[in-house]
Amino acid sequence: MLAFSGKPAWSVLWLSLPTVVPLLVVLGSWFNPQPEVWAHLNEFVLPAVIKNSLLMALGVALMVGVLGVGLAWLTAVCEFPGRRWFAWALVLPLALPGYVLASVMVGLFDFSGPVQTALRAWLGPVTLPPIRSMTGAVIVFGLVLYPYVYLLARQAFITQGKRSLEAAQTLGMPRWLAFFRVALPMSRPWWAAGITLALMEMLADFGTVAIFNVDTFTTAIYKAWLALFNLPVASQLASLLAFAVLLLVWLEQRAIAQRRYAASTIDARMERLQLTGYSAWGASAVCAVVLLLAFLIPLFQLTVWSLAVIRHDWDARYWGFIGHSLMLSSLSALVVVAMGLWLSYSQRQHPGPITRWCVRISTLGYALPGMLLSVGLFIPIAWLDRQLYPLWQGWGIDPAPVLKGTLLVMLLALAARFLAVGFEPMQAAMQRITTNQQQAAQSLGLGRWQVLQKLYLPLLRSGWLGASLLVFVEVMKEMPITLMTRPFGWDTLAVRVYEMSAEGMWDRAALPSLCIVLVGLLPVLLLIRKTER
Amino acid sequence: MQGEPITQQHMHALELCGLTLGYPSVSGMQVVLSDISLTLAPGEIACLLGPSGCGKTTALRAIAGFHPLQSGRIHLMQQEVGNERHQVPPEQRNIGMVFQDYALFPHLSVADNIGFGLYRRSQRERDQRIAQMLDLVGLREYASKAPHQLSGGQQQRVALARALAPQPALLLMDEPFSNLDVTLRERLALEVRDLLKQTGTTAVIVTHDQLEAFAVADRIAVLAEGRLQQWGTPMQLYHRPANRFVAGFIGEGMMLPGQLGEDGQIHTELGVFKPDTLPAGVTHGSQLDLLVRPDDIQHDDASRLQARVLAKAFRGAQFLYTLALPSGTQLLSLVPSHHDHAIGEAIGIRLELDHQVCFAA
Repeated sequence: MLAFSGKPAWSVLWLSLPTVVPLLVVLGSWFNPQPEVWAHLNEFVLPAVIKNSLLMALGVALMVGVLGVGLAWLTAVCEFPGRRWFAWALVLPLALPGYVLASVMVGLFDFSGPVQTALRAWLGPVTLPPIRSMTGAVIVFGLVLYPYVYLLARQAFITQGKRSLEAAQTLGMPRWLAFFRVALPMSRPWWAAGITLALMEMLADFGTVAIFNVDTFTTAIYKAWLALFNLPVASQLASLLAFAVLLLVWLEQRAIAQRRYAASTIDARMERLQLTGYSAWGASAVCAVVLLLAFLIPLFQLTVWSLAVIRHDWDARYWGFIGHSLMLSSLSALVVVAMGLWLSYSQRQHPGPITRWCVRISTLGYALPGMLLSVGLFIPIAWLDRQLYPLWQGWGIDPAPVLKGTLLVMLLALAARFLAVGFEPMQAAMQRITTNQQQAAQSLGLGRWQVLQKLYLPLLRSGWLGASLLVFVEVMKEMPITLMTRPFGWDTLAVRVYEMSAEGMWDRAALPSLCIVLVGLLPVLLLIRKTER
Repeated sequence: MQGEPITQQHMHALELCGLTLGYPSVSGMQVVLSDISLTLAPGEIACLLGPSGCGKTTALRAIAGFHPLQSGRIHLMQQEVGNERHQVPPEQRNIGMVFQDYALFPHLSVADNIGFGLYRRSQRERDQRIAQMLDLVGLREYASKAPHQLSGGQQQRVALARALAPQPALLLMDEPFSNLDVTLRERLALEVRDLLKQTGTTAVIVTHDQLEAFAVADRIAVLAEGRLQQWGTPMQLYHRPANRFVAGFIGEGMMLPGQLGEDGQIHTELGVFKPDTLPAGVTHGSQLDLLVRPDDIQHDDASRLQARVLAKAFRGAQFLYTLALPSGTQLLSLVPSHHDHAIGEAIGIRLELDHQVCFAA
């Protein structure tokens, strides 16, 4: 498995297949044009889908930008009551998948939900604007995705310190203006990358937009596949999505390339701007409101609903949902960690442009929507099944599709999607092992395999433990891939949430949601512990 | 404070009165500097010199308005800008500051960095001033470059030009040469001095390096142990140190023990000397220490005073010998390097004191 020559690690090429194949398949789908379906799509579907996607991207970018940068600024640079506490608590919404917050919000604010019912009882016949709208979706995306921007912007503000602000002040510029003229542009490579990440998540999302009834690319692909049974159209739609996503990847990489750390040492005694009076309490109030809306109220509501339904809803099927979720998450974690180890070890042993490109392509999956990966992997696997069909017949085995209905497609798609998540902690751990350490081991007479076994695996422990936890949780939260490629009847917690939400039974969606959120809190707490140290 | 003013002007560019600074700590305020008073005339360059951790940077930040005062007052151009209750914010003090790490804005070009403080001026005025400053620091061809494309010395000049562009009443520089190559420092210090003199800028420069301070400053404030030890010209600090700390901190030197005789002279192993001034409270018969610099001890083979070589350090043109007198007292001596003596050898020496500075033992 491991090539130890000075040549590039060709074996790594295999690892990029789960990302390259789906991309080629969806792009290649245009060789099979579907004019009559596209006439319909052009007239009825695409205009709305494109308009919705653009508007939503604009709204989400604005909302995560303002929330993420604003909150990061407050907690990184200012001092106000509760700041230390808010600094980490504001990361907590990361534990909520968009579709969970969406189902809670709709359940709360729908016409028959508790909020409107209370308002009617109190004020007479009033109606709020419908929550199941694009505005609702933008708000939900904003609340669950702002931590991406928050974490990166905070890192920028902390590493850049207060020095540049002070420089601006000595040049006669008041502080509030210096924020816009210095701090904001200087940290742009960080928060811009955060916004592109948030937009990738938004484009990949299926559950949230399905709940809010907003037509986007993912819902269109879903319908083309499961309602029209037209795979070519589904993958042609997915190819449009691919362009949008690759554009975002390009923007993100450009932002990262522009990062320049100020050469300054971080002043340990960095004094924060002391907010006083109204501005101090205002800052606390803003943080508290965001935290309430994005985390505490949803969590509370989920608990209330779960307790109400657990008596008659909890049955043997639940063990199935949980078991499937656990099994899928563990298997994916295992696959991803193995791939990540292979990738980072190959990169260590065979550095060079080819390996670097392989790594880049293999880890591109974080940007590729699950819907795209599902379609792009399902098509070639189904084709493979058809090729194998006569072979099975020849051997006298029951000629059923062998690969299509198994976990294979799902696992491949999940591995492609979350390889970056698993690769990064592994890579970080790998970078702490010096080449001299490896050479020291080799000079003591250890062979390559022994070096891997005795040096790398133990030293990488924190890396693969972190990686498997992250992948485990991501897979548990993941919806579109599981929904599209699961074997028949193979339901997970996320699928259960989708099915209950689809029928408007928000309270019954709460129990699986709560399970997902509680598991999802694990890596967030780990992340908080790491960043606060 | 001792020392005559260099320029006879009544106007003060900067005046510190009883400045006391501290940091909040678990057990109340921890004072880092107390009761600092000094005045600086327009156009003068002052250095705050002291060992690391002496509070010199804190003093600079207090003058800039970034650090609150515990007590005392700061006047800039005859206007009070800070006391223990009220502080004028930095942006309203009309100061310029060059930070230790320069704090250039990485998202702006060299020209835009220099023009940053002119944001209220018209575009034309700003462009004019930027061009002027670029010429002044000799970076005209770098105007559109990004800061990270410049060398350390060039970055420093951009930082200086940026701080000087709005014509501040006072320029503050925090360890301006510490990020530069050691061999460049003294030359750059002289260049900075020329530039400040050329523009008539009043400046306060923080440094821990006395050679830098000597190269750049008109007046030096030696800060240590939370106090202003001495405020004077470089010559005064070297030749008339106000106390043992300054004597030890500035330049090299050793103490030669002696006794104050009835005749008012100091009797030592190396002869009798008339002190310039006497420390307070000494009477006839008191033990005194006389400051002896390495250049005060001449090598003289004809001398009947003999000292043994304990150690030697080759410094190119000279040897720095550590010598032991018969009594065991150690002294330093700078000797031209063609006088190469072995360790343990006895050599003849002669004491030639221009300044007789003594301290109570």
